[in-house]
Amino acid sequence: MPPTTQPEITRHEYDVVVIGAGGAGLRAAIAAREQGKRTAVISKSLFGKAHTVMAEGGAAAALGNANADDEWRVHFRDTIRGGKFLNDPRMAELHAREAPERILELEYWGALFDRTADGRISQRNFGGHEYPRLAHVGDRTGLEMIRTLQQRVVALQQADAAELGDPEARIRVFAETAITRLITEGGDGDAPGRIVGAFGYRRVDGGFVVFEAPAVVLATGGIGKAFRTTSNSWEYTGDGHALALRAGAGLINMEFVQFHPTGMVWPPSVKGILVTESVRGDGGVLRNADGERFMFNYVPDVFRSQYAETEEEADGWYDDPANHRRPPELLPRDEVARAINTEVKEGRGSPHGGVFLDVSSRLPAEEIRRRLPSMHHQFKELADVDITAEPMEVGPTCHYVMGGVRVDADTAASDVPGLFAAGEVAGGMHGSNRLGGNSLSDLLVFGRRAGMGAAAYLDGLGGRPDAGAVVDRAASEAAAEALRFLKQGDGENPYTLHAELQETMNDLVGIIRRGPEMERALERLDELAERSLMLSAPGDRVYNPGWHLALALPNMVLVSRAVTAAALERTESRGGHTRDDHPGMSPEWRRVSLEVRSDASDRVTLTRRPVADIPAELLGLFEHDELAKYLTKEELPETVAADEAAEEGQS
Amino acid sequence: MSERVFRVWRGSGDGGGLAEYRVEVNEGEVVLDVLHRLQATQTPDLAVRWNCKAGKCGSCSVEINGHPRLSCMTRMSVFEPDEVVTVTPMRTFPVVRDLVCDVSYNYQKAREIPSFAPDPAKKPGDFRMQQVDVERMQEFRKCIECFLCNNVCHVIRDHEENKEHFSGPRYLMRVAELEMHPEDTADRRLIAQDEFGMGYCNITKCCSEVCPEGIRITDNALIPLKERVADRKYDPLVWLGSKIGRRPKDTPPVPNVGRYSNRT
Amino acid sequence: MSPTDSTRLPTSRARIPQRTLRTDRWWLGPILTTLGLATFVIYATLRVFQQDHYWVQEHHYLTPFYSPCIALQCDPDAALLGRLPVEFPPLFPYALVSLPILLLFRLTCYYYRKAYYRSIWQAPTACAVREPHRTYTGETRPLMLGQNGHRYFFYAAFVITGINTWDMLIAFFHGTDGGFGIGLGNVIMLVNVIMLWGYTLSCHSCRHVFGGRLNSFGRNPVRYWMWSRISTLNHRHMLFGWFSIATLMITDAYIALIASGTIDDLRILN
Repeated sequence: MPPTTQPEITRHEYDVVVIGAGGAGLRAAIAAREQGKRTAVISKSLFGKAHTVMAEGGAAAALGNANADDEWRVHFRDTIRGGKFLNDPRMAELHAREAPERILELEYWGALFDRTADGRISQRNFGGHEYPRLAHVGDRTGLEMIRTLQQRVVALQQADAAELGDPEARIRVFAETAITRLITEGGDGDAPGRIVGAFGYRRVDGGFVVFEAPAVVLATGGIGKAFRTTSNSWEYTGDGHALALRAGAGLINMEFVQFHPTGMVWPPSVKGILVTESVRGDGGVLRNADGERFMFNYVPDVFRSQYAETEEEADGWYDDPANHRRPPELLPRDEVARAINTEVKEGRGSPHGGVFLDVSSRLPAEEIRRRLPSMHHQFKELADVDITAEPMEVGPTCHYVMGGVRVDADTAASDVPGLFAAGEVAGGMHGSNRLGGNSLSDLLVFGRRAGMGAAAYLDGLGGRPDAGAVVDRAASEAAAEALRFLKQGDGENPYTLHAELQETMNDLVGIIRRGPEMERALERLDELAERSLMLSAPGDRVYNPGWHLALALPNMVLVSRAVTAAALERTESRGGHTRDDHPGMSPEWRRVSLEVRSDASDRVTLTRRPVADIPAELLGLFEHDELAKYLTKEELPETVAADEAAEEGQS
Repeated sequence: MSERVFRVWRGSGDGGGLAEYRVEVNEGEVVLDVLHRLQATQTPDLAVRWNCKAGKCGSCSVEINGHPRLSCMTRMSVFEPDEVVTVTPMRTFPVVRDLVCDVSYNYQKAREIPSFAPDPAKKPGDFRMQQVDVERMQEFRKCIECFLCNNVCHVIRDHEENKEHFSGPRYLMRVAELEMHPEDTADRRLIAQDEFGMGYCNITKCCSEVCPEGIRITDNALIPLKERVADRKYDPLVWLGSKIGRRPKDTPPVPNVGRYSNRT
Repeated sequence: MSPTDSTRLPTSRARIPQRTLRTDRWWLGPILTTLGLATFVIYATLRVFQQDHYWVQEHHYLTPFYSPCIALQCDPDAALLGRLPVEFPPLFPYALVSLPILLLFRLTCYYYRKAYYRSIWQAPTACAVREPHRTYTGETRPLMLGQNGHRYFFYAAFVITGINTWDMLIAFFHGTDGGFGIGLGNVIMLVNVIMLWGYTLSCHSCRHVFGGRLNSFGRNPVRYWMWSRISTLNHRHMLFGWFSIATLMITDAYIALIASGTIDDLRILN
């Protein structure tokens, strides 16, 4: 084992370093490799274990297999509606256009989606999607996707082995390796320097690694571990968000954190674990302690016309969607999460502080086991609940961050030359609230674009910059910094600090927010930031989880600061950001994205950026009445023009 | 809340042993919760591999009272109130530290299997498969790669020397999956026997017993693959047929991917 | 691994001296299996070497252990397929053709292989219990390759089970006063035949031959239907395996007791 005193650093040279081996990371790596770039994939856990495996419901793509009326424009419209018009329209457009191709490509690589009667990929209903649109495999779609991408990487390695004699000649996976610093060169006060490498450590033996590479793709996922109740795994410590900030990139929309409406609430040890939205898509209903289907009371004005008003109408929709409006259980996630929160707060909750999600009285037991096998298994094993016979207890759980690195839609490039981002760590695509199913397709569409973007950036560079000296210097600095936690023997226990951070974020910057509470949160975060420098991890460097947590905590604190600062600034409620003290949605705020940057001491600053306008031909997809609920007067197109365009778009 | 005695294997490849802890246990907790409590309160450097804590990623494989299991899916309520809980790392793979093993054997074996090979004339979107066609393989694709089946398989658990020639239930199941794919054109039957060691399997079903996903590995993957191997290699009638009719085109082993050997 | 790599990976397993840390009664299963198999083997051996008490002329009850009866000594009515022109010396089973086939069918059966590999060969005795052998080659060596012939024993067993079915049906038409009749012996033989078919049809090779070997079920709906029915039976292959050897012994014992005059057949109808 390497001594703790003399950091020995393994050096690698690659064209593209992809940080993160989930859906976005693997898709980016495949794209970069297919462009002939030597690519490294850095995975914090074992290869194939990334958080993508947790995705259950499916991948949204307007294939039109289940309903021939579906097409990318409808998907685009649903996405914008779900995001409450704050989405980057170009990203939403690319996503809706390219998702079908990406899904079919997965199938071509060996993914086995559920089928329709005529042998195509079957699609299921999901919250916020007008048509059945989610390509799925039971309720384990994420696993299918990660496995397929993993096997595609292996296939490429086999091709390289045959051609070049070495399977890792052009694509190599560094499992159980975490990046703690991006290395940049040049740059001045205003403009960030360009990427020349990345530094990190191997979990298995505690050894340090440095990658000299002109392009880095961030695909690190989200930030959920900053919250107490979360569906996210330990990996979601906001590494990519923090790395980007420290490298000089900006994050946008960080105030928008999605609380999935249905997480398990009991037993305490599994609190937060996800209950897939497919339960509702396949007929499950939400009831309060009085047995009332309360979602009918929570349909907001902007969605009034699309959702059923009676139980009969709602129940008719599953079999005959053309002549019925959708059940309100399938409202976008932010609406359902808030409704559950209110029911519990007003005393109509279930025994363990959630509400009831019932599918047992809606489908035959056999059908439930077939459609929702892993949910059945999960409740049976973890909560002793048989979902075919009794309702589940569910409540909101921190699930996804809409905010992330501000990137160019077409290339996934950030402000920092050579730095790209895709997947959850990138911001803009989902606006203020992500629709279920749009995440898996997002990973594929923008993962690929990031890999191609990085490859194109390299081609544009001409030669490979010689940055060896810069990289080595930064690496030895970073190594000394990382070792610090092992040496300060009497510092704080990282587990305690982590628990305090989670309390702070959950209680003060959670699903319902208030100005004074968030001010208090910022103060606490300042204090936590200071304490996070004084952590101590006993033991040596070999697979030492205390040390790993200590290294991740400053990232979580920084990201929490970004979330809190942005949430305090935005004085309205929209999507994944609900202000008790500013309950309304403001057309003026709709035009603004908040961008967070940080300084050398991890302090964050905010700037306001205009949200790009939706191109006129796409704006025409929406009814004038609907637009009037979101946009300011001067943004609204001429009434007549709008109506005409709407007809055109729907024909 | 109650106090329980936990015996956890601590150490590395150089040596180690069971360390005893008294630890608090609450209602509804699983073994992984208790290991986390040990980390947070008594021994911060206890090495445990885990990710999702919901039985979906297959990272937290250990042996609990001798049974290969996921620690996140083993509820404390399955033990007697005064039962001592013994947690050890998987025995088949080299131990990194405490409960964490080096599972690279599995990734090497994955790389040796010729990948999915669709008809080159087909393009993405051309596949037409019925639900009944994909269902059989979907069962195998439920696999979360926890490697408990490979861990429990006596072929390599008790015989290190077999690792080089045997891919373990997980990857023989992967071969079976590819062989059953209606759109696949490769023929891996011969190498399933000669390279991946199908013949070592004596169908004693421990893989199926420990599978946390309840995949019927032996009945649905391994035995059907043995039957397909018999078609290709051991059935005189089929052999005769292939002499007269179309000859089977065996897919060769993947070149240059190396083989697993116990690094020294 | 590329040469620049310096990851220090461990090479040795955790050294845990105990053979297993299992605390349950993992040895119980193998013991019961051994006892069960031993009972059958001993009983069947004694009976087939006995060359007697296999046939009840009045009701045409023929024990499956002697079917088809082919020795010259066989009772003419019991020899469904006729007799060989040779007299079998002592200790030669009268069903000389069918018995070895049935024995090999069961010996190469995927369930029984598991059973005897575990309980008799102890490879492994139980899951996660260290096995006592120093080396292991499984079914890769020439002697063991015969296991791959299971399908041929299945084809033959299919025919023999057909003969057993015929034996069973004939007995229904030999009531006490001639014509149709039912006795306890008929019922026992019927149950036995059902169990034999259950065991034979739930065979893994059968499942493969009828549909498992196909890659596209969608284009072969009939074979898919057969495959899925056989798969349902196949889930219970072990159960049929044990029930069928139990009913074989019961059938044989009952017929032997009547044939030897120890008891009378219990007649239900005629």
